[in-house]
Amino acid sequence: MIEFRGLEKAFGAKVVLRGVSLTVRDGETMVIIGGSGTGKSVTIKHVVGLLEPDAGTVAVDGQVVSELRRRELTALRATVGYVFQFAALFDSMTIADNVAFGLRRSGAMSEEQIRERVTESLRLVEMAGTERTMPAELSGGMRKRVGLARAIALRPKYLLYDEPTTGLDPVTSAVIDELMIRTREALGVTSIVITHDMRSAYRVGDRIAMLYEGRIRQEGTVAEIQQSTDPIVRQFIEGRPSVRAEDVAAPGAVPAAEGSQP
Amino acid sequence: MLAALGRRSVGITELFGHLGHFVADTLRAVPDVRTWGRQIFPMMRRIGVDSLPIALFIAAFTGIVLALLASYTVTAAVPLYFVGALVGKTTMLELGPVLTGLALAGRVGANIAAELGSMRVTEQVDALETLAYDPHAYLVLPRVMAGTLMFPIIVAFAMATAIFMGWVAATTLLPITTAEFLRGLRLFYVPFDVTFGLIKSASFGFVITMIGCFLGLNTRGGAEGVGDATTRTVVYSAEMILVLDAYWAITLLRP
Repeated sequence: MIEFRGLEKAFGAKVVLRGVSLTVRDGETMVIIGGSGTGKSVTIKHVVGLLEPDAGTVAVDGQVVSELRRRELTALRATVGYVFQFAALFDSMTIADNVAFGLRRSGAMSEEQIRERVTESLRLVEMAGTERTMPAELSGGMRKRVGLARAIALRPKYLLYDEPTTGLDPVTSAVIDELMIRTREALGVTSIVITHDMRSAYRVGDRIAMLYEGRIRQEGTVAEIQQSTDPIVRQFIEGRPSVRAEDVAAPGAVPAAEGSQP
Repeated sequence: MLAALGRRSVGITELFGHLGHFVADTLRAVPDVRTWGRQIFPMMRRIGVDSLPIALFIAAFTGIVLALLASYTVTAAVPLYFVGALVGKTTMLELGPVLTGLALAGRVGANIAAELGSMRVTEQVDALETLAYDPHAYLVLPRVMAGTLMFPIIVAFAMATAIFMGWVAATTLLPITTAEFLRGLRLFYVPFDVTFGLIKSASFGFVITMIGCFLGLNTRGGAEGVGDATTRTVVYSAEMILVLDAYWAITLLRP
């Protein structure tokens, strides 16, 4: 289980997170939606200790990430796979070396076992046969698939996806969504998916949380979010340039947050 | 004016504070031999062996110019074999380490800052961390160790090349024989001259690679940030070379 409790983060004068609280249960796929620059990536970077919170905590299986020692943090990171927005493949290495990189670090497997795991992970993301290719030779969608293969090669308990379908065409996006669903079924991982692609969110998510002005505006199942009466949530999921007057006036509508522009 | 000066001073103090933390984190990564051990030899080749051509090119022309400058400077009252003494002393004590250091601040320092800066802005450094690697052990230590070990070796070759080319220039362009040149070379030579030059070179190697790694890993933004980190690495490295040059002269050459 991953628990965010009152997470706050600022970069200089720019306050990004103002108290994010959210629980991700074991086995589920939690999708965090929100506009660009609302702090979605900043939120999940706290899970693996890439950022330290100014206030609040992030706990993974009860361990508060910011309180872990270096060795404990390394052990935690070995249980979390991170799929970066632009794949973040090491451009000086072949695809096989990229996928094997984390496995070699653990030192628990022989080179033969590593080769097998690399092949298996690449096959899972339908990238078998690209072992000797360099990242620069791949398209954006293929790079993201290799990024996913690298993350799942360690057989993590948790997977964090940072905008996995951003910048991809609808067909490739659907392929990536399918891979995320299949990975979850094959490996039984708990996932957090950051996205502003609502089609993808509905397809892969068990629950959805919307981040708005540094806090979780609403969280619920896919159906609950689709039927939300919150004008800000409706504006976002329907992709409207402004909040509709009838959403604000709707019975049971959640009032717009202070500072928002209905 | 005073406010701007104050802000600049605070900025420089903060920079040195962050650099201190960075060096401490790098030293803490030393026990992680399994990570940096695999990287050290490729880095020694990249930073050391691949830098030899530019270092030797500069040294060759420095040697020629030094011989001609020395002969131009010594008057009829000073024997011409002093050309050998001047070429040898200046090359070993000063120009060999400093000119090579300045050239490598551009070649090695800029290369490191650009490479690590690009890795930072494309999230490759974050990816390293999520795969349980310590960037200080995987990226910083191999570069700093390779720089510290290889700079003295490069400078030793540069010294030999400069003196050799000084001899070539002296014997072909000036009325000096090989025996006279060698006599001058031996005249004021003490083994400490070489040691002094190599100690300086090791410190230059350490500082250039450390600044390159520090500014590269702290790059913010995109291509502009990488460019900025690269430029600052060259400027700060050049400044630090001159500061260290003075420091070693004050520390080791004062009677």
